Amino acid sequence: MRQMSNFNYSTNFQNAVFPNPIFTASGCAGSGKELAQFFPLGEIGAVVTKSIMVKARSGRPTPRMAETPSGMLNSIGLQGPGIDQFIAEDIPFLQKNGARIVVSIAGESVDDYGSLARRLRGVPGLSALEVNISCPNVENRGQVFACDPIASRSVVEVVRRVLGGELPIIVKLSPDVTDIVAIANEVISAGADGLALINTLLGMVIDVDTMRPKLGGKTGGLSGPAIRPVAVRAIYQVHQAFPKIPILGMGGVASGGDALEMVLAGASGISVGTATFGNPNAVIKIRDELANLLIERGFTTFKEAVGFAHRSENAG
Amino acid sequence: MKINRRAQQRTVEIVSNKKVGAYHHMIFAVGDMALHALPGNFVAISVGGPGSAMVLRRAFAIYRTHDRGNYGGTLELVVAPHGQGSKWLTALPMHATVDMVGPLGTNFGIPTEPVNALLVGGGYGSAPLFGLAELLKDGGSRVDMVLGASSAGKIYAPLEGKRAVNSMTITTDDGSAGTKGQVVSVLPGLIERHNVDIIYSCGPMAMLAAIQDIAAQTGIIHQCAVEESMACGIGVCMTCVVPLRDEAGVIRMSRSCVDGPVMDGANVLWNSGGKIPAGTYGAPNV
Repeated sequence: MRQMSNFNYSTNFQNAVFPNPIFTASGCAGSGKELAQFFPLGEIGAVVTKSIMVKARSGRPTPRMAETPSGMLNSIGLQGPGIDQFIAEDIPFLQKNGARIVVSIAGESVDDYGSLARRLRGVPGLSALEVNISCPNVENRGQVFACDPIASRSVVEVVRRVLGGELPIIVKLSPDVTDIVAIANEVISAGADGLALINTLLGMVIDVDTMRPKLGGKTGGLSGPAIRPVAVRAIYQVHQAFPKIPILGMGGVASGGDALEMVLAGASGISVGTATFGNPNAVIKIRDELANLLIERGFTTFKEAVGFAHRSENAG
Repeated sequence: MKINRRAQQRTVEIVSNKKVGAYHHMIFAVGDMALHALPGNFVAISVGGPGSAMVLRRAFAIYRTHDRGNYGGTLELVVAPHGQGSKWLTALPMHATVDMVGPLGTNFGIPTEPVNALLVGGGYGSAPLFGLAELLKDGGSRVDMVLGASSAGKIYAPLEGKRAVNSMTITTDDGSAGTKGQVVSVLPGLIERHNVDIIYSCGPMAMLAAIQDIAAQTGIIHQCAVEESMACGIGVCMTCVVPLRDEAGVIRMSRSCVDGPVMDGANVLWNSGGKIPAGTYGAPNV
C-alpha cells in the first residue's frame, strides 16, 4: 500500500471502531479458523462469523452448491454448532488471534433472537452483532423475517431490549423485497445501529440432464459478482434515505474497485464473501486495493469517501 | 478437524501439458508445496483467468509429486476436460501460470507393517493411487490395483504405474478393455486370491458405496477419497459435506475438503439419497 501512513483508513459502526473497513462476510469465513492459515485475522477490519443459531443444525442435504455465471447458488441451510459451543470454542479462538469480532445470529422465531442476544450479552470482546433476518435457506419462506416489515421490527426490538445500549446491532436485509427502504425504516426505528446490505438473492438452477432442480434444497442463495449491481443500488437507496446510518455493504465484491463502488454508494464497511471461495487472500487483496484507489483519488480519510456518489451536481 | 496445516497459496507454472487418452497429464512447478503433499491430498486451482465468470476454484486430486528436478519441486495432475473450468486449464500452454492452493485435505493412511493392499480407482480417480502404490511398495506391502471406466480411453494407467504394482486388473463398462463390467464385480475374487487386508479407493460416490458394501461383508478396512462438489476447498463454504460418523459415534455433516477427501468408508453414511440421515447432529426433528 502506498502512503498508508497519511491515510486514515478507520471506520466505525456507532461505538465499534475498526482500523480498516474490509470484513469477511457471514457464512463465507466460518469462524475464522481456516482463513487464519492464510493471513493474521487482526489484519482485516473484522471477522463476521457464520450465522449462529440457538441449537446445532445439520443444514440441508447435498448438492448444496451450483456455480452460475459470475456467481454461485448455495443452499447450506445454516449448518452450525449452536450458540453454546460457538461461545465456548469459536469466540476464544478469535480473541486469541487478535480478530475484531462481529457475531452473526439467526433464529427461527423472535424468541430465538432474544435467546441468542441474551447468551451473547455478557461475552466480552465483541465489536458488534449482525442480526441476520434474511437467510433464504430456510424451509419456510415465512421465516425470512426481512421480507416482512412487522416481523423485522419485532426481531430488532427484542434484540435491542435484551442487549441494552452497548453493543451495536447491524441488521442484515434481503434484496428480495419490493421496497428495501421501507424495511430499513422499520428496523432503524426499532433500534438498529447499522444495516448489512445485501444478503443473497433467492434463485434456482435446473439440471437439464436430470431435469430436476440441481440443489438438494431446490432453491438457493445467489451470490458473487452477478448480484453486485443489485447491492450497489440497495446501498445507494438506503444511504440516500438514512445518511447517518452506517451500512456494511456486500454482494459480489471481488476487487478494490468493486468495494469502492459500494463505499461511494454509502457503505461504511465492506464484507467480502464469495470472493474468498475463489481466493483465500481476497479480503487482504481488496483491503490493499481499496486503500490505493482512495489515495489515488485524493481522499485523506476513508470516511470522506462514504456516500461520495450522492454529492450534489455542482460539487466536484 | 482443521485445514491441512501445510496448505499454501502460490502462483505456479505449467511445465508440461500432454494429452493422454481422454485426459491431460499436467506438471506444475510448485516449489516446496511438493514436499508437503501426500497421496490423497488435493489442490484447488482458480480457472478462467482475470475477469472470468467462473468464480469458484476447481479441486484436483494430486497424481504425484517430485521434490526436486529441473523445475524444482513439481506436482502432477490428471485432468479430465469435462467442464468449462477443466477445459480452460487443459488448454493452457507451457509456461502459463495458475493460482494454486495446496496441499489440501486428508491423506491415505499408510500401515506401519507390510500389508496386502487393493487399490481401486474409477476413471481419473486412479490418479492418486499410483503415488500411494509406490509408498506402499516401499514399505514392503503387496499392491494389487483395479481400474475401471466406461471405456478403454478413460482408463488412466501409465506404464510406470503398471510396473509399480503386483497386478493390474482393468474393467470397462463396454468391454473395450479388460473385463467387461464394473470394478466391484472383480473385487471378491481379488480379495480372496490376495488375502487383502485393506482397500484404498478413489472415484465416483456410487462406486465407493458399492466397494464399502464388499468391504463390510468381508471385514476389510476401506479408505476412500470421496467426491463431493466444492466451492472453496479450504473449509469455509460448507458445500462439500458428507454424513460421517466421528470417533464418538456422532453423525456429522463433515466437509470433504477438511475431514476428507480420504475417509474411513465404514464411517460414511452412504446412499442417504439426498437427505440428512436420521440422527445426524443438528438434524431437523421430523
